[in-house]
Amino acid sequence: MELPLSDFRRMAVEEFDTSKLLAHAAKQAADRNYKGFPIVDVDSHHYESEAIDEILEYMDDPVLQQLARSARQASAKSVGVLPSGVGYQDMGGRVMRYSTRGMEKTPAGTQRDISLARRWMDAIGINIAVMFPTPMLQLGLHPQVEVEVALARAYNRWLCERVLAHEQRIRSMLYLPFNDSEASYKMVQEFGGKPGVVGFMVTSARYRPVHHNSYMKTYALMEEMNLPLAFHAGYNWEDRTVGLMNQFISVHALGFVFYNMVHLANWVMNGIPERFPKLKVLWVESGLAWVPFMMQRFDNEYMMRSSEAPALKKMPSDYMRDMFYSSQPMEMTDMAMLEQTFRMLKADTQLLYSSDYPHWDFDLPSTIYDLPFLDEQAKRNILGGNAMRVFNMTLP
Amino acid sequence: MPEIHVAKLAQFADGERRIVAHEGKEIGVFHWQGKFYAYENLCVHQGGPACEGVMMHKVEDVIAPDKTWSGQKFSKDEIHFVCPWHGYEYDLKTGECAADRKLKLKSFEVVKRGEDVYVVA
Repeated sequence: MELPLSDFRRMAVEEFDTSKLLAHAAKQAADRNYKGFPIVDVDSHHYESEAIDEILEYMDDPVLQQLARSARQASAKSVGVLPSGVGYQDMGGRVMRYSTRGMEKTPAGTQRDISLARRWMDAIGINIAVMFPTPMLQLGLHPQVEVEVALARAYNRWLCERVLAHEQRIRSMLYLPFNDSEASYKMVQEFGGKPGVVGFMVTSARYRPVHHNSYMKTYALMEEMNLPLAFHAGYNWEDRTVGLMNQFISVHALGFVFYNMVHLANWVMNGIPERFPKLKVLWVESGLAWVPFMMQRFDNEYMMRSSEAPALKKMPSDYMRDMFYSSQPMEMTDMAMLEQTFRMLKADTQLLYSSDYPHWDFDLPSTIYDLPFLDEQAKRNILGGNAMRVFNMTLP
Repeated sequence: MPEIHVAKLAQFADGERRIVAHEGKEIGVFHWQGKFYAYENLCVHQGGPACEGVMMHKVEDVIAPDKTWSGQKFSKDEIHFVCPWHGYEYDLKTGECAADRKLKLKSFEVVKRGEDVYVVA
């Protein structure tokens, strides 16, 4: 393979090997003795698009299945039925694994997604990874609700049967087709008790308010089953406000926070935590800097306008401190601010380490382990202990 | 200071790079426009193999005399190498991080002896 570079140059690449790419991460893990305590990664990814032919075997609707297969055939590298979204996650080829990962060889007889996950988990030092899809993070923007439902169910069935059933180190919070509240409810009923399923995930980039009455029975069921609900961030350059930004750095930096800010505002201001006090809620891949902003902003307004949020029995920030947050991409350019952020969100008990590997802005466990203001117990809580408690996990 | 053999000069074409290891330390050696540059292969960000990524010219905005933006271009002079983990870019001629030049990779001297290239580790 040849990668296009500046000045019309090209770079030949002969192979891609996850273990080689992450050799320095393996050294970090050994130097810090990560084997002495469990590390749980609550947000990692695979590229379900590379297994889409298998996934489509699990799609029930014959017409949608044929439509999806045909679209796939027309564009071999895409999923076809998914909204693709304009974006440059690979930084113009600077993060080479986007272009070259397809060259990586995996052993026959083992699901490729499992082989690849084992490689990067072993290198980084992860015991258990909660795995999410990649292109499907845009599926909440699909104009056809029935396609979201059909693809979500096919993916969830495929993931449970082909991946989770064969590797206990991989877990998942399954995709909820949130644009169809009834289908979401049925998804929790059908899959909530499957091995390896530790909760459910809503892709945040969508246009359905989380406080709509149609979702209440799904929240109630998840609370009853003790299954956490995650909102996984995503960008949407097609959004008119986001579309005002002309550079992908802006779209990514703000876009991955924007929808979670909206959903969290609705979640708290409508008193959902009072209705479902035992439902665990996790905000994924928005980083952490937005949390103190939201706490201060809403506490300040609530003191003046509490009549508009009558369900609340404590400050908005108190509800936010009852929630959980995944760490990546952790803003690390101002350590004093980061320390205050940890204090405000009660990181010792509420923060859950996440890598986001293999995406471009992944964080290694050392981003937590090397923080100068944490003691050893806090580091271990954030890197694994908190997740083990939130998800009722035991090591395989 | 030990001199570590990098390559035969004839086999180290302009525009290429080599990674050599010495006592647990990795060093990236670049051959660019007739000169050699060497830096520790350890990104200042999260410790990635900074010297192993693509080499890309700096991207520059094109601002017209009337201050309007008229596009972007690649620099003719400034070349970067990019850490393949997260995209941190380094000025190939100085080892400075392009986004914050206070941050810099450790550099090493490169010497030519006859037909061979060595890095002083």
